[in-house]
Amino acid sequence: MFSDYTANELTAIFAMQGFAGLILFSVLVLMALGLAIIFGQMGVINMAHGEFMILGAYITYLTSNVFAEYLPGLFDGYFFVAMILAFITTFLLGMLVEWGLIRFLYKRPLDTLLATWGLSLILQQIYRSVFGAREVGVSLPDWMMGSYALTDIIEVPINGIFVMLLTVTIAIGVYWLMYRSGWGRQVRAVVQNRPMASAVGINTEKVDRVTFGLGCGIAGIAGSAFTMIGSTGPTSGQLYIVDTFLVVVFGGAQSLLGTIASAFTISQAQSTMEFFLSGSMAKVLTLLFVVGILMLRPQGLFAMKIRH
Amino acid sequence: MNSLKQIFPKGDLIAFAILAVLLAVVFPLAMDVFRLNLVGKYLTYAFVALGLVLCWGYGGILSLGQGIFFGLGGYCMAMFLKLEASSPENTAIQSTPGIPDFMDWNQLTELPWFWEPFHSLSFTIIAVMLVPTVFAFFIGLAMFKRRVGGVYFAIITQAIAAILTILIIGQQGYTGGVNGITDLRTFLGWDIRTDSAKVILYFVNLVLLFTCLVIAQIIRKNKLGRILVAMRGREERVRFSGYDVANFKIFVFCIGALFAALGGAMFTLQVGFMSPTFVGIVPSIEMVILCAVGGRLSIFGAIYGALLVNFAKTSFSESFPELWLFAMGALFISVVLFFPNGLASVYQDHIVPRFKKRFKKQGKPVAVKPRVQTAKNQPNTTEKTDDVLTGGTL
Repeated sequence: MFSDYTANELTAIFAMQGFAGLILFSVLVLMALGLAIIFGQMGVINMAHGEFMILGAYITYLTSNVFAEYLPGLFDGYFFVAMILAFITTFLLGMLVEWGLIRFLYKRPLDTLLATWGLSLILQQIYRSVFGAREVGVSLPDWMMGSYALTDIIEVPINGIFVMLLTVTIAIGVYWLMYRSGWGRQVRAVVQNRPMASAVGINTEKVDRVTFGLGCGIAGIAGSAFTMIGSTGPTSGQLYIVDTFLVVVFGGAQSLLGTIASAFTISQAQSTMEFFLSGSMAKVLTLLFVVGILMLRPQGLFAMKIRH
Repeated sequence: MNSLKQIFPKGDLIAFAILAVLLAVVFPLAMDVFRLNLVGKYLTYAFVALGLVLCWGYGGILSLGQGIFFGLGGYCMAMFLKLEASSPENTAIQSTPGIPDFMDWNQLTELPWFWEPFHSLSFTIIAVMLVPTVFAFFIGLAMFKRRVGGVYFAIITQAIAAILTILIIGQQGYTGGVNGITDLRTFLGWDIRTDSAKVILYFVNLVLLFTCLVIAQIIRKNKLGRILVAMRGREERVRFSGYDVANFKIFVFCIGALFAALGGAMFTLQVGFMSPTFVGIVPSIEMVILCAVGGRLSIFGAIYGALLVNFAKTSFSESFPELWLFAMGALFISVVLFFPNGLASVYQDHIVPRFKKRFKKQGKPVAVKPRVQTAKNQPNTTEKTDDVLTGGTL
């Protein structure tokens, strides 16, 4: 399949597809970071994670409409406002869900899967009733359009670079929060030994609630980024949930670095193969590859050695 | 080997009889052919739910990929029926007569090699049972021997379901793509679309379902069933007692796959088509829900669950399509939160005691109850012990 192209063209194709994969990578990383916190740290299988992402996307869509209608002068900056709003909304909804549903199920991890699946159905129907069944798209501000020409055949989309920078910032932020801040230490303490953490005075219920909310909040930001690569519909989130779980498991559930590395591998493999094969075959091969690796190495790429 | 009486205690025999009367006498008498065919369709899901009771309720293995096996069984049957429906006479208008219509639309000029053996009915019947079981065996072998279980197993089976769906949709020329394999007409020259055929197929379906029920009952009342329950509660202890846990898991997973495949094949026969919408993630999770609603520990509950949820789905989505997803979501959440062992536990905990009060002579204590108590009283109970709640007769 490579023989039809010259070496120069191949480099260009790989570079372009690589950059095109960056946005997918960013969405996957942001989704997976949220899930890695919820699933890797708390052991909750959140099947509604995709719906939290889509909520973020809808918030972005609403914000862009409000800005276009009432504040056209500030339209260039709407994305930042949208991101913050998306985070806050999904964060609050996440805390609410934890309070109303998840906290009863910590001892039954497989049941969280069923309950959150039910939640995702309800959320989907709410989106359908509120926003309609048709997919909506947002218009990007001018400065995010267009692309930056690296050489005469390699072009890099500007929104891709922007999303990429955003992802890096958030990833560093999450890393700092989990491994350098006092709050992260509390989260990890609760994960490792709940009764002991509670005995030394950590409010484990509050930690759980905020952790779950944070994971959902990051999914909301992922939703903002998502509006750049696809249009938003009530069921768009469901398409990503399996990929995201695979990213988290493939990377090693408790390792943030592993999550990022595996999101990179999966998105780049997918994006590069898409050029040469049909989209569905690229996806099949990527998933097969991941499942195959997981069968050989069930603990994931970057597993930490922990005692249970 | 247990005696027949141990395998079929009185309570279970009554449950078998009630179910048999309901399905084989009441429904056929009370319903027209259209509704009966619908019930037959729901009962094909009951096969899957039954397999899940063994896998998930007893063995503690949650598979989110039962749609894979349902689909494989269904597709094997659909391939046979499709080949029969696309005889050269029936497909004379195609540019290549004698191959299924969707292949012709996709510019295929000859039958792919893996379609060839499906001209034979005996091969098809073997394939319906063997293909999904062997597939399950290899998945199980790869996962359980490496001690992958619980959540990871669920996610990987889900991913395999996703892969299979994408593959079926992508390879339109070989599989019929997103529409699936449609327009199935005859089974060895016998028109399966007529009313009489539908009634006969309903009863064939019933016979198969009861065969599976009896197999499930034998498994669960045998030593094997007790090892499964032990494994679900304390896997390490079973392993240290000298049992190869992985082999038991593989076995029960294969049984689950076999049941699902039979359900899939009967689905194709009764509904007349097979499509990727019954293979992927959403149907697979719905099948788990059927099992959860009916009661993950009750083989009869699984069947009632499959019937009830699907009845509700049909009637709700006919009259209030908007509300259906709300109702379904609320159902999942409330079952998980309030009735983790499903309708069967409601029956067991609320209806059975009242009966017993009324008819004192039947008031013998259920043998399993004390065991539950000890499990609950242990100080360091793990998450699994919550599930041991009802292990009674139903």
